[in-house]
Amino acid sequence: MDAGADPGGIGVLDLQGGVQEHLDHLRRVGVATRPVKRAADLAGLAGLIIPGGESTCLSRLLTIFGLDAAIRQAYDQGLKLWGTCAGAILLARESVGETPFLGLIDIAVSRNAFGSQLDSFNREALAPAVAREPIPLTFIRAPKIVRAGERVRVLLRLDDYIAAAEDDRILVTVFHPELTPSLAFHRYFARKCGLSVVGDDDAGLDPDWTPLSWTRFSSHA
Amino acid sequence: MAENRYLLNTQLAQMLKGGVIMDVVNVEQAQIAQEAGAVAVMALERVPADIRKQGGVARMSDPGLIKAIKEAVTIPVMAKARIGHFVEAQILQALKIDYIDESEVLTPADEECHIDKTRFEIPFVCGARNLGEALRRIAEGAAMIRTKGEAGTGNVVEAVRHMRTMNREIRQLTALPAEEIMSFAKVNGIPYELALDVKKLGRLPVVNFAAGGIATPADAALMMQLGCDGVFVGSGIFKSGDPARRARAIVKATAYFNDPEQLLEVSMDLGEPMAGLDVATMASEQRLAGRGW
Repeated sequence: MDAGADPGGIGVLDLQGGVQEHLDHLRRVGVATRPVKRAADLAGLAGLIIPGGESTCLSRLLTIFGLDAAIRQAYDQGLKLWGTCAGAILLARESVGETPFLGLIDIAVSRNAFGSQLDSFNREALAPAVAREPIPLTFIRAPKIVRAGERVRVLLRLDDYIAAAEDDRILVTVFHPELTPSLAFHRYFARKCGLSVVGDDDAGLDPDWTPLSWTRFSSHA
Repeated sequence: MAENRYLLNTQLAQMLKGGVIMDVVNVEQAQIAQEAGAVAVMALERVPADIRKQGGVARMSDPGLIKAIKEAVTIPVMAKARIGHFVEAQILQALKIDYIDESEVLTPADEECHIDKTRFEIPFVCGARNLGEALRRIAEGAAMIRTKGEAGTGNVVEAVRHMRTMNREIRQLTALPAEEIMSFAKVNGIPYELALDVKKLGRLPVVNFAAGGIATPADAALMMQLGCDGVFVGSGIFKSGDPARRARAIVKATAYFNDPEQLLEVSMDLGEPMAGLDVATMASEQRLAGRGW
């Protein structure tokens, strides 16, 4: 997992939040991956996932080593980005009632739009561009995408909001595919990054995945 | 509680990993904590250091105060209920906060039984001093664990003791042959099924934070290097000379816990830390970690 050791892989921003969960899913789709803690860790990556966590915390930490500027620069040079939940908030051009952070995709998000943890939920839905069968979705204190610009494609619309969208270089999901057995979105993003992936089934369900699979990447004393 | 609700609750804790949860007693402190990068706040009337000083019975905070804090921030809000006080927990659930801490910092309401957390939809975090205590709380429905440490002391020694104890017991368990697990579970008061999970995973099956006595960025990084998934800071921030600065420094130290150069930088010029207490000379009735079992 040395910087530069896996050129062309997908990094996971490793500052706070659901890092190990994404690392686990990326391994399952057969993509080289590494945690990204410093600007130098971005070298050679084809894609970067900004995971779920707390967006204020992530935004503060991103500025410490100028990682925000480094991400913008790598993006200008072709790095593909995927933000899940808090990551989507950080990538949005507009955040209702707040100052936007990276502002790289033309969407507006409304933070924490469903309420408290008691309003977190699971559901299933079909995102035809991503999987042929409905896939499980997990929403945890999720934001809503309330507007998508002209050059943004909606991948999944639910009720009164957009749950997944993309432009040519950025994918955003307000739910957490890394907290479900479905690998479909990780395969989709890997292909968007121009990487080859293993497996190709209808809903992308991995029978070997469990809710505790992330622990294999957690630190052990 | 439905199985998927429990899973959602453990998964919210996963999203807090690598973060700092800060005790706050008013709206202004909550905003300072959020601005500094806290992943959640613990809303309470008095921080543990003041509970210690003022004595008397410590209860759930006024829901009006918790509600005001909830309205002032977008990050998750936690609040404490007394050990065994399931009605305080019902009230906090009705208030729709994000997490309940069934906490030894408050005066226990029941010396025999903890709250049956499986009867709630809202997630609970509980303190533990060792593996058995952690797994008993998980069996009761806790979705997240923290070390007890010794709250309100600014002294990290007990949190270290509790984390080292948990790690040691997990290592022992993972090394045991199958036929010795039941006996290990019996001796340590561990639910058998959960002992099997821990043996397989080599860690707790839920997120485990450090708590109790963390006062400096170095303390936070120490607990992270010992294997915690994140940290709670109680009195350590708002009882110090420059809370906003210290809060930011502890957030950075928790994220870059393995990077001594970064730890050096964030540790400089922080102003006065909270005054500490020596746990070793403390009378046993002064120790909060002994509450609950």
